[in-house]
Amino acid sequence: MVDGIFRFLTRAAAGLTFLIVMGVLLALALGAYPALHKFGIGFISSSQWNPVTQEFGAAPAIVGTLITSFLALLLAVPLSFGITVFINELTPPWLKRPAAIAIELLAAIPSIIYGMWGLFVFAPWFAEHAQPWLTEHSAGWPLLGMLFDGPPMGIGMFSAGLILAIMITPFITAIWREVFALVPAVLKESAYGLGATTWEVIWKVVLPYTRAGVIGGIMLGLGRALGETMAVTFVIGNAHDISPSLFMPGATISSTLANEFTEAVGDMYLSSLFAIGLILFIITFIVLGAARLLLSRLRAKSLQSAAA
Amino acid sequence: MNNLSTMITMTDVEPAVFPKKLEVSDLGFCYGDTQVLHKINLSVPEKQVVAFIGPSGCGKSTLLRVFNRIYEMYPKQRSSGEVRLDGENILDPRYDLNRLRARIGMVFQKPTPFPMSIYENIAFGVRLYERLPRHTMSERVEWALRKAALWNEVKDLLHRDGTQLSGGQQQRLCIARAIAVKPEVLLLDEPASALDPISTLKIEELIAELKSDYTIMIVTHNMQQAARVSDYTAFLYLGRLVEYDKTEVLFTNPACKETEDYITGRYG
Repeated sequence: MVDGIFRFLTRAAAGLTFLIVMGVLLALALGAYPALHKFGIGFISSSQWNPVTQEFGAAPAIVGTLITSFLALLLAVPLSFGITVFINELTPPWLKRPAAIAIELLAAIPSIIYGMWGLFVFAPWFAEHAQPWLTEHSAGWPLLGMLFDGPPMGIGMFSAGLILAIMITPFITAIWREVFALVPAVLKESAYGLGATTWEVIWKVVLPYTRAGVIGGIMLGLGRALGETMAVTFVIGNAHDISPSLFMPGATISSTLANEFTEAVGDMYLSSLFAIGLILFIITFIVLGAARLLLSRLRAKSLQSAAA
Repeated sequence: MNNLSTMITMTDVEPAVFPKKLEVSDLGFCYGDTQVLHKINLSVPEKQVVAFIGPSGCGKSTLLRVFNRIYEMYPKQRSSGEVRLDGENILDPRYDLNRLRARIGMVFQKPTPFPMSIYENIAFGVRLYERLPRHTMSERVEWALRKAALWNEVKDLLHRDGTQLSGGQQQRLCIARAIAVKPEVLLLDEPASALDPISTLKIEELIAELKSDYTIMIVTHNMQQAARVSDYTAFLYLGRLVEYDKTEVLFTNPACKETEDYITGRYG
């Protein structure tokens, strides 16, 4: 009897999650329908965003979202790896707890604080000291020159990516620390016992052993970067342009939504905002799906080699 | 007890027949503030098997872990005294850890295959010390697997995940991995206690085989096993070496009352 009630409650809870997801998806789709109907598939590729003529296209926001998130991962993954290895394997014991707590505190800071810090502290410093140097020294290089070209404004895609990297690093680190701690001590002892160095143990034994968790950590970080709103809105510049330079202002889907919902006049404007929201939902879905696929591939590969 | 342990000397070991490979003198060990080994003195003859027996917590595993300094992974563990390998004190911080671990290999109680293929499990250790061309490496892998009596079972599965072998096979893989780097001494920490009787038998046969090339030290809580595989047996109790003698002497005619009580099953 009690067991039956318990089973019902847990099943209801699980079902509720599913219903909520479906409800959100449905609401987004309904809201997005007018815009998608009018602009068609061209909505994704068009870079028009003109409230006056009521012409809307999602390309700049999609590109901005993907570039800032990719940049964030590019910076955050190696950084998180370094921090995790340092705290878990190399720190002297007295420093271990303070370092771990500092990382957890970083993860707990509200994103708006990062945004304020980015806008008022980081951006001016970046504009004055780092940007001119980067522009000057990358000039003439094939790809870098293009990426780091532009006026030193402090804000822009690069700053947004950097702030995102700082925000997701403690997330990824916290997860990796847990995952690394799951490696049996005796496995590490065997590797050290063969004479392996810390680096060899981490790279050849710990990482393969924790593969799934490591990828999971990256994906959670990516999920946060894709959806992060306030901090990005503060530093990205909010321009609906696609520019080859990372120093130019841009926009992400979340920053566009946060900025423009209150001032969206006209049904098509509002519906277009719903449509980019739907696109963000789908991007996130694809990222999670890709992560699952990657993991099952890895698993299938090891099973396959087992069968061979 | 203190008197007892100092009373036991190394004289029973015949240095003329078997040169001393390892000499332990006044070895002590602490976990933090707790002293778990007290003034251990013994010498291990080359290419012989020495078994360490004693009740749980007597320090036999700790003693084994001193010999390749694996305890240094943990900040609060410290040793004192000397352990000389061919006359050189390996506890000296200046003694190179990688060199030590290349000379003294270890196999643990639970099989610990690395999360990689069988081939890579063995090549991993070898690559830490030697750069071998592909075919030489393959030969080395085969050699190690043959030595560990595993070759016939896995020769067609070399690229299969090592963690998918059976427990007994995994343990022989770990032995192969330890042998592959060509150590001089093998430390076996209860290598068969997690295995079924047939796998255990195979491991014991393997020890008898390996003895012709390696000096072997084995920790076991199974006295029959100690009696079967070893040439010398050391009985530890409460962190002290109570008795150390030829295995047949220790088991048939122990000098100390504690030893006799333990091997006849009166405690432990």
